Amino acid sequence: MKKVTIFVSLLLVAAFLLAACGGGATETTEAPEAPPTEVAAEPFKVAVVMPSSISDLAFSQSMYDALVAIQNEMGAENFEFVYTDGMFVVDDAAAAIRDYASQGYNLVIAHGSQYGSSLVEIAPDFPETSFAHGTTVDTFTDQGITNVFAYEARSEEGGYVNGVMAALLSASNIIGVVGPIETGDAKLYVDGFKAGVLATKPDAQVNVNWTGSFSDVALASEAAQTHVNAGADALTGTAQMVVGAVGVAKEKGVAWFATQSNQESLAPEIVVASQVYKWDVVLKQIIDLINQGTLGGQSFVIDLENKGEVIEYNAGYALPEDVKAAAEAAIQGIIDGTITPLP
Amino acid sequence: MISDLFTPMVIIGILASGIRLATPYLYATIGETFGQLSGVLNLGVDGIMLMGAFSGFYVTYMTDNYWLGLLAAILTGALMGLMMAFISVTLKSEQGISGIGLYLFGLGLSDLLFQVSLGTVKTVSGFPPIDIPILSDIPVIGPIFFQQNLLVYGAYLMVPIATFILNKTTWGLKIKSVGQNPAAADALGVSVTAVRYATVTLGGIFSGVAGASLSIALLNVFQQNLTSGMGFIAVALVYFGGWRPIGMLWGSLLFSSVNALQLWVQTLGLPIPSDFATMMPYVLTILALIFAVRKVSVPAALTKIFERGEG
Amino acid sequence: MQQSWWRKPKYWLGPLMPVLAVIAALIAGAVMLVLLGVNPFVAYAALVDGAFGSPNSIADTFVKATPLLLVGAGICIAFRGGVINVGGEGQLIVGALAASVAALYLGDLPGWLLITICLILGFLGGAAWGAIPGALKAYLNVNEILTTIMLNAIAIQGMNFLLSGPLMDPMQVTAGSFIPQTARFPISIDLPRLVPTRLHAGVLLAVVAAILVWLLLWRTTIGFRIRAVGLSPKAARRAGIRVERYAMLALILSGALAGLAGAVQVLGVNHRMFTDGSAAGFTGNAGFNGIVAALFGQLHPIGTIPASFFFGALLVGANKMQRVTQVPTSMIIALNGLLVIFVVSSEIWRRRLARQREMEEVAQVLQPASASEEASEG
Repeated sequence: MKKVTIFVSLLLVAAFLLAACGGGATETTEAPEAPPTEVAAEPFKVAVVMPSSISDLAFSQSMYDALVAIQNEMGAENFEFVYTDGMFVVDDAAAAIRDYASQGYNLVIAHGSQYGSSLVEIAPDFPETSFAHGTTVDTFTDQGITNVFAYEARSEEGGYVNGVMAALLSASNIIGVVGPIETGDAKLYVDGFKAGVLATKPDAQVNVNWTGSFSDVALASEAAQTHVNAGADALTGTAQMVVGAVGVAKEKGVAWFATQSNQESLAPEIVVASQVYKWDVVLKQIIDLINQGTLGGQSFVIDLENKGEVIEYNAGYALPEDVKAAAEAAIQGIIDGTITPLP
Repeated sequence: MISDLFTPMVIIGILASGIRLATPYLYATIGETFGQLSGVLNLGVDGIMLMGAFSGFYVTYMTDNYWLGLLAAILTGALMGLMMAFISVTLKSEQGISGIGLYLFGLGLSDLLFQVSLGTVKTVSGFPPIDIPILSDIPVIGPIFFQQNLLVYGAYLMVPIATFILNKTTWGLKIKSVGQNPAAADALGVSVTAVRYATVTLGGIFSGVAGASLSIALLNVFQQNLTSGMGFIAVALVYFGGWRPIGMLWGSLLFSSVNALQLWVQTLGLPIPSDFATMMPYVLTILALIFAVRKVSVPAALTKIFERGEG
Repeated sequence: MQQSWWRKPKYWLGPLMPVLAVIAALIAGAVMLVLLGVNPFVAYAALVDGAFGSPNSIADTFVKATPLLLVGAGICIAFRGGVINVGGEGQLIVGALAASVAALYLGDLPGWLLITICLILGFLGGAAWGAIPGALKAYLNVNEILTTIMLNAIAIQGMNFLLSGPLMDPMQVTAGSFIPQTARFPISIDLPRLVPTRLHAGVLLAVVAAILVWLLLWRTTIGFRIRAVGLSPKAARRAGIRVERYAMLALILSGALAGLAGAVQVLGVNHRMFTDGSAAGFTGNAGFNGIVAALFGQLHPIGTIPASFFFGALLVGANKMQRVTQVPTSMIIALNGLLVIFVVSSEIWRRRLARQREMEEVAQVLQPASASEEASEG
């Protein structure tokens, strides 16, 4: 009996080490570590706390990509950032935010609307540190806090543009939407999308399915399947579990419209366009303000006008010229105010 | 409005969705049934599913061969099952807590390996749908039942196979006797340890395949927490199914079909808040168990540690 | 006859076993860290620093431990009563929702009164969510593992519904951002802070609750009956105890303490309720981790106190380790799993040592028989 025990333990240890090694060996992308900088000018140091994974192809990844973009632009010697992802537990996020703040980062980004209450308690303790909080419009200045910036995305704008294209591409005039729960960024995107469809084709039908979860990929997939069975020939969806729905669109050859991050890589043949969040637009303004000595009190949006939201057309998808023209017209209309994406 | 739900299109759609969605639950519940019948409650099913899903996906992605992916999921599942068996049988640990530990380990490790090796969400071409000749041409039911991928057929095939093993083979009888009265089984010369190792490892294999059925057959993606708690639902469904494979079939189909139904309720725009619609499968599973299902008692030795000579 | 204590490991090694198991798990974790290119010494120094390094981190540890202890104390009742309550997550949510409703609609009441009402409602909310599986088990023989898992999911969807509708902060609607959270509760009902950190009075409440649970289980007839039912339903029935009723009571009390944890969490930490669509976003998995803490504490409410603080420290410290080393957060979850597995696995040696000790004690009483007893025990 003892021998069996020892043998099995050894086997297990060996196996798991192998498994871990297999993973380790293929490791090519190092986490962006703070490099030892001996440069004369102090680099600008940012810490970010995010609720989901940096590889979610959605909300958290959009922020991570923005930081990488800024770092590439400013150079690693001038801009450093560290991150903590997967902080869906607000307590843990609060501890992380406080910890980063106490380490003297120039800017601590709390990338989740649910972190607001924690930030109200933390920010006053670190008057020298600047915080950015999104997505929200509230900078808490009414509570005497002066070092919090707020940012949000007008996700309904890109939603509207996607809706216009979906309406024009749809032959059946039935369009399906897959969302997590009917709140926040997801609700705004879906409302804008619906408005875009109906403004283009008032007789079109938009079916919306809220799966009740940000993580249930299988249910999102089946929701998309249900839309297709109900006659939909254009689909969209928001949040990280929609990768399941993209798969169904790909299998059925149905047009897909993406938001938050560019999802072309998942299905190059059917992703028509992606509304991509470019948080760097907002972050650069915030960084400038901090360098000038303003630590908070202002609220920012990314939208089509300031190019914080960009509609990225998939080059691999043969988008008819007139549809693209209509999309561009919608973008222009939203920018100059002749179109309001929310009814 | 409600009558919209009873059109052939919707009913076919619900059945087709239900059959697909039930696949991972079927594998996981049948596997867990073996373990529980022998007296081991494995709460770590979800963690094993995630490891199976990742390893299946990774190998398929690297080799472009979904058979190798399936093999990887089977091996990973077996390894995780062996680990659970070692902890709960040899080390005689409290089963509930070791299962939770195994779940967290699988949840973390699968995502860690995913981030280190792939980095972002990717897709593979997994098991393709296979039309069964002639049968798939039958109108209406053909597309529902006979145009699925191989892992879906496999899940349903497991029901008669598992039933046969449990009821008609000596091994099946040994499993049940170990789960009902390990001391008596031991006295009759049945090795409680060997039987439990086998069932828990088998359960791990099934859970691994359940994960793979998501990542390389139904969804063809991997993502952090891909299963989203399915393994826990599977454990619950084992109680629903009364430790009989046919019960697992009904439980999985009921839960999945109600889920498919609620998707249709929303798609058709029926005036029910989406949050209540998404509650339906859970509520109905409880109600069905209360009113409709013959209740079977728990295997007597479930979660009980077997110490020789203490019977 | 009298040997020095360290010569007799069975006397001190047993209680040390969980600590050794943690060290073993950390060594296994170190292997993973090395493979990720991280110096494990740096990592673990950060872990300790994150849990105990500053007043704030100690406070975070205590704050983390508070719901674990409340849930864990409840789990002691349930498991001692022979019912497996895996519905802590749902009970926490329902308790928090019940407290939130009072906090939002009775804001004019004096603070101390409203706090009391909120805590009582949290307790009752959790009790109600535990009573459903309790009654189903007692009177309809429906397995509680199934119902508690399902009720977790139902509670999540109920929470999502309430927070994106009736309970949503009116400001979110006017601002048009529709974030699923309630308005901030009146400041008058923030649980008092013990020191100028996040540490709130809820931690004291949790310790008191654990002591009360101990008194209940070991000093009252009700507690005795609950434990009797858990030990042997058949024997309890023969002794005239109404088994069903006490099993149900165990689940209700267990749910009630989880509900109280939810109320303490909203009053002490968040000051509002919010959802990210999942259970863990609000509960931080306390419904499950509380089970782990209770089992670390040998299902004894007093043992659960240090177990909860220890486990809270590990969770808080591990997050700090992630920040310092920048390993993926999932590594922390995997390490958490390893810790649970190693500690639960070490139980066998603790039990074995305890038995040897008992044997020896018996042997000392029965002097002459001792030699043969010891020999047979290897």
